[in-house]
Amino acid sequence: MTTSDRTRSDPGQAGLAGASAGISPADKPKPSSGRWIAALAAFPIAGPLLALVVILIVFSVTTSTFLNPGNLSLIVQQSVVVGTLALGQTLIILVSGIDLANGAIMVLGTVVAGSYLAGGGDPLVAMLLGLVVCVAAASVNGLIVTRFRLPPFIATLGMFTILTAGARLYSQSRSFPINSDLVTILGSGPSIGNLDITYGSLLWVVLTLLLAYALHQTAWGVRLYAIGNSPSAARLNGVNVNGIVFSVYAVAGVFYAFAAWQALGRTPIADPSGYQIANLDSITAVVIGGTSLFGGRGGVFGTFIGALIVVVLKNGLTQAGIDSLYQQIATGFLVILAVGADQYLRRGQRT
Amino acid sequence: MSKFKNGTARSLAIGAVLMASATMVHAEDTKFLIGIVEQQLSNPFFGKLQQAGVDAAKKHGLETMTAESSVAGDSATQVAAIENMINRGVKGIVLDPANASALLKVVKKARDAGIIVVTTNTSLEPADAADASFETDNLAAGELIGKWAKASLGATPARVALLDYDLSDKTAKARHDGFLKGFGLTESSPEIAGSALTQANVETGQSSMENLLSAHPDINAVYTINEPAAQGAFLATKKSKTPIILTSIDGSCSGVRSVADGTIGATVMQFPSNMGQLAVDAIVTAVNGGAKPSGVNNSGTVLITDKPVDGIESKDSKWGLANCWGE
Repeated sequence: MTTSDRTRSDPGQAGLAGASAGISPADKPKPSSGRWIAALAAFPIAGPLLALVVILIVFSVTTSTFLNPGNLSLIVQQSVVVGTLALGQTLIILVSGIDLANGAIMVLGTVVAGSYLAGGGDPLVAMLLGLVVCVAAASVNGLIVTRFRLPPFIATLGMFTILTAGARLYSQSRSFPINSDLVTILGSGPSIGNLDITYGSLLWVVLTLLLAYALHQTAWGVRLYAIGNSPSAARLNGVNVNGIVFSVYAVAGVFYAFAAWQALGRTPIADPSGYQIANLDSITAVVIGGTSLFGGRGGVFGTFIGALIVVVLKNGLTQAGIDSLYQQIATGFLVILAVGADQYLRRGQRT
Repeated sequence: MSKFKNGTARSLAIGAVLMASATMVHAEDTKFLIGIVEQQLSNPFFGKLQQAGVDAAKKHGLETMTAESSVAGDSATQVAAIENMINRGVKGIVLDPANASALLKVVKKARDAGIIVVTTNTSLEPADAADASFETDNLAAGELIGKWAKASLGATPARVALLDYDLSDKTAKARHDGFLKGFGLTESSPEIAGSALTQANVETGQSSMENLLSAHPDINAVYTINEPAAQGAFLATKKSKTPIILTSIDGSCSGVRSVADGTIGATVMQFPSNMGQLAVDAIVTAVNGGAKPSGVNNSGTVLITDKPVDGIESKDSKWGLANCWGE
């Protein structure tokens, strides 16, 4: 399953004129740096994975509290919400889009479900309502992008503003404590000593695997990569570009609904002022995970690792007693480094 | 910023005087327009403040014109709103400045046009750039909760965590400084286990507290910038074996309920409705030829806890629920 995201994308673009990616064995022999580039390009999660391992080692050595089962399970629990949001974000970025509204969509989902529950509603119906809200809002993004041809950045920026205000209007800026076991179940789970394995963490892993399967083993996934590499080439090859792109936004909405469920499991309160920068956090996770902002390159395993890296940094630097603002600076450096590496790899491939 | 030791009594006195003068003035009120410029109303605190101002104006038979900034610190929207209000010929402006210095120029323009400008919640820098201010003395509020936390710990050695909000925010900084002062700490005291930057909501309060607790399991007293952050911190402390005292500042109704159910040990209540009402009453008095308002006036702070300690005046959560703001 962990086969390279890149190589899996090759069938979709094989023979596509103008698709810049693709390293054939016929590439001219290059000095060792060329081989490194080729290796990294063929195994794109190598970079993020290496970064994660290095960070883990550094914190394990420099602090006494980091490498403890309780802390490690905490890291996973803190990653699941943004990690699940980032799965949807990955899909969108793979077709060279972006979603600035995902956090707001998720929050609206939690607020609608929460207010319905607070009014004595049925938990199952509340969750279905949340799902419908998330998929509908995400589909509106898809509609604006495909049908009205607005740049995704603008479409989702507008939706972000609308939905953030919408959630506050809808809730009258109240927050709703959640008492239903079903709705908060993802925050619980078995414990081994002080290692907590929440159902939410497990669900995050399952969702990542499912999405990886969809991306690498289905025609939908192959076409999605093809569109990300070159929409016009994909169109020439008979791919229904608008249809696939719309489906990508709608499917992302399903993941936002899962993220909403995760959020209520972790923090059992539907709070319209929560997750204000989850959109940016999810983009950070995707980018640090090695998915190219220009589309067509990367995948969900990278995103999984990217989400962990962001949380590990925050957690580890706290253990090391380093101020919150430096934590943000460190994360920013990683983003720039990751995108820089992506650019470097692309240039390396073209030469 | 002035610091009144007995905030409630003082504010009640001010309120009584102003109410009395407002009633006297009421008969001879002339109709005019009052502008109310708020920070983002998504925060129920500012919602309550605006409502109090509008209600007070209505009581005087006056019309209001309202505006709000869209995000925290958004002074540009407020500048534009004040410019519009000057053009519309308002006689007074109640302003909740998003930034202490960004609004100086436009406030001067308004005052030069003969408009009475009264700030609420927080003052300009310098404070006398506006005619007067009605606000919570956040330093005093912090001191109050810091003293309570210290007294509640008793002989137990303190291990303190601070869940802050951006310290460039004047209110956040004053509360933070006040807490340390009340507790008898400095920034570099060894009793401080760690601090974290929250966004003053439940979600970030929880994550920050989890990380701090994971690094320092011996934390036993926590300062939080507001009650949502405290509620998040509580979620993180549920598993802790040692008892942890959670403290906060704000006085929202959900915060007081958290005091009642034991989630938060104590909080300091502030009174947005006093601020809005006092500000409008002061403007009406001045416009009708009465005394011009001046100075920084404390709109009152009260410690709310069901675990009172000797020597620190407090009210219980029942009183708190009857006097809180927001949901």
